[in-house]
This record gives sequence, structure tokens and C-alpha cells, in this order.
Amino acid sequence: MRIKADTDVCIGAGMCVLTAPEVFDQSEEDGTVLVMDEEPSAAKEAGVRRAVQVCPSGALSIS
Amino acid sequence: MTKAMPEPVTLPTSRANPVDPPDDLRRWREEGPIRPMLYADGHVGWLVTRYDTVRAVLADPRFSTRIELLHPPIGNRLRQAGFRKRPGFFLREDPPEHTRFRKLLTGQFTVRRMKQLEPRIEKITSDRLDAMEMAGSPADLVEQFALPIPSLVICELLGVPYADHHRFQRDSAKLLNLASTPEQVQEAVDGLVEYLHDLVVSKRGEPDDALISGLVATGELNDEEITGVAVLLLVAGHETTANMLALGTYTLLNNPDQLAALRADPSLAESAVEELLRFLTIVHIGPVRTALQDTELEGHTIKAGESVTLSLGAANRDPERFDAPDRLDITRQATGHVSFGHGIHQCLGQQLARIEMRIGYPALLRRFPDLRLAIPSEEVSMRSDMAIYGVHRLPVAW
Repeated sequence: MRIKADTDVCIGAGMCVLTAPEVFDQSEEDGTVLVMDEEPSAAKEAGVRRAVQVCPSGALSIS
Repeated sequence: MTKAMPEPVTLPTSRANPVDPPDDLRRWREEGPIRPMLYADGHVGWLVTRYDTVRAVLADPRFSTRIELLHPPIGNRLRQAGFRKRPGFFLREDPPEHTRFRKLLTGQFTVRRMKQLEPRIEKITSDRLDAMEMAGSPADLVEQFALPIPSLVICELLGVPYADHHRFQRDSAKLLNLASTPEQVQEAVDGLVEYLHDLVVSKRGEPDDALISGLVATGELNDEEITGVAVLLLVAGHETTANMLALGTYTLLNNPDQLAALRADPSLAESAVEELLRFLTIVHIGPVRTALQDTELEGHTIKAGESVTLSLGAANRDPERFDAPDRLDITRQATGHVSFGHGIHQCLGQQLARIEMRIGYPALLRRFPDLRLAIPSEEVSMRSDMAIYGVHRLPVAW
């Protein structure tokens, strides 16, 4: 799994950080998403999928 | 493709069971995701009741939130005055105007920033519980606990003196009252704007380290815009969490098994908060969007200029998304509910609201092991008449 985040689309709601804190963080400056682990291990995949699903702005995608 | 069109309905606001959405909404959701709806100004637009469709519309840039394009969904909210454009009311703007404001604010409301407020919110909560205990049983939980906690927190965050709370709480209650006339809504908005504009001007002279001064310091917004942002955050910041705290407590007291589970295991607070958010969905009117262009939706054509009302309450009880949706279950995985909205306007303060509730409910239950309603449950006065649902007063004893 590979995560892509579009910080232009991101609105900084923080749902990804709340859902998968081991993978996502937010920029101190403008609150937009930071992907800490772009190729998460299998153990983290379920959380990442949930985070992509709950993201309100559609800023996250996985391939 | 056009399906047979049912007669337009009007949006129901009264509830047979106080914590469930109006029955009609459930029936209409079973019949289909979307149906024509008669708006208060005679406009025939749409009502959406299913989870997937609600999310789809809220995430679709072809649907606008600009105030001047929206038709009022219910009768008493015919308030042309309130439907006027105002600088800084970015909740009612589309990109790129919305983006300019939201980007300045998101950094202030991150999960980490909100977590840093935890000790302060814990202190405020325990001070209020002390005061409530001192005042003695019975007490009105709204007045003693549910309203002051988020009010104190948002005041600190913004740099608004809490000593003025009677003034802004009165105006914001008038603003959210569905029975307010257009003149009363206008008065309430004017009152808030005047109060906060003076405050913004004073922050320019004597800045502090709170949010309003921070916005002044960016140099990116003028005083009218900062005032608009402050009005929005002040109203949104206390009315919503206040109603969740009170209505959530009422709901737990009426569900003794769930209450006992939360008392027994306070680590359930996190999932309990999400479930109460889902189950109660205190935004009970709207949100509303208007199509900017002809748009196909679930087999219907939404014409440019037509308004669409999204029932968050119906969406959060959609059995396609949540198993046994009408059952309160504080152990379920309720994340993904649309109580904070969806799309680019999703609640800016949601992480703050979560922390206030995660601290608030367990602290209240810890302090009063014998907390109970002081009047029969059916006598509790519900806020069917307000844009944000909840209880007007919640007499409790311990």
C-alpha cells in the first residue's frame, strides 16, 4: 500500500490523525495532513483504509 | 432518466421519541435517498435522507453553500436578514473565498493543539463540578455544567472575556431560535457583531496570545472579516458542545445499561462520544446546499438554483451504514458519522468538541455516582424549536 495526500485539497479536519495516528500527522503551520509513513505495513492498512474513508475532503488516496 | 416523482414534503421538526429523528424521515429514507421538498419560501427543492447520498452532496463542489443561493428549509426561518452575506462568515462561502479563511484557522484546531488544551479543560470541568456540588442537589445541568464549560473554553481560546457571557449567550440563543422573527435574528447578529468588532479593535491595541489576536497578527484579514470569524466560532463553539453534553447525559440516564458500562470502564469515553454524536445528531435542520449547475443525483436532475437539504440525523440512522442504527451502543465503531458534516465545511472545532465531551461525561459521572433526573424523563423540555437540538433545561439530582 502506498498513500498519497493532496495538501491543496486537505482542510485540516484531523480525521486521519484521529483514526490512524501512527501514520498521519498535521502540519503545525496550517493543519494540513503529513504522511509519516507513506508505505505502511500490513498491520496498519486497516486503519489507513478507514482514514481514507472518513476523510471529509477527499485529500487521501491509496494505491 | 427520471423516476416517478412523489409529492413535495415539508421538513418535519417534531419527534415522537425525543432522541430519535422525526418518524417521517425514517419512512422517506426507506422509500428512497432523495425526494422533492417544499421550502418555506415556496421553492420546490430536495431532501436527502440516506448516508451515501448525504456524503456525496456535501463533498460535491457543484453544490454551493453561498448564503445568497440558499432557500430556507422551514417556515419560521424565513429570515432574509439572516440570509445576508457578511464578511468572515466563511461557513457560507465556497472556495476560493472559503479556503482563504479555513487555511488561516486549521492550524489552530489540529488534533495536537486541542490535546494541549486537555489540562486546562480538565481544570475548567472540575471547577464547574465543584460549583455545582456547592450549589447542591437538585440542579439544572445545562446552567451549571453543559453550557459554562464550552463557553469558558471557547472564550479562552478566542480571547473573549467570559464575564460578558450573558450578553453573547443571549444573542446566540436568539439567533438559533427557530421562532425568532427576521428582525430578532438581525438584532442578535448585530449585537454579536458590535460586541466582537469592539473586541477586535481592542486586540489591535493590546494583543494577547489567543486566537483573535493571532488572526489580527497575520495581517491577512481586515477587522470586519475577523469579526465575522469570531462571531461564527463563538456561537459554534459553545452552543453545540453544550447541547451534546446535556442531551448526551439525558440519553445516558435513560439508558442505564449504557451508563453502567461507561461508569465501569471510563476508557469507553472515546467510543461513547462518537456514538452519542451519531445517535443524537444535534444539527436537526439542514445543512442546505444549492446546485450551481444541472446535476444528476440518484436518477433525478437537480437543476441549477435548486436547494438540497441534507438530513444528517436520517443519514446517521441509515441501516446501510450502521448496524441496528436505532440502538445506542457506546462500544460500537461509530466514526464516519456525519454529525460534524462532511466535505470542505466539516466542523473546524470537532477535535475540541470531542475533547470537551471525553473529559466532561466521565468527570460528571465520577463526581456524582448517584446522578439521576430530578423530574420524569418525559417532562424534560426538548429544543425542537432551536436550530441545534438538545434540552432547554436538565434538572438532575445526586
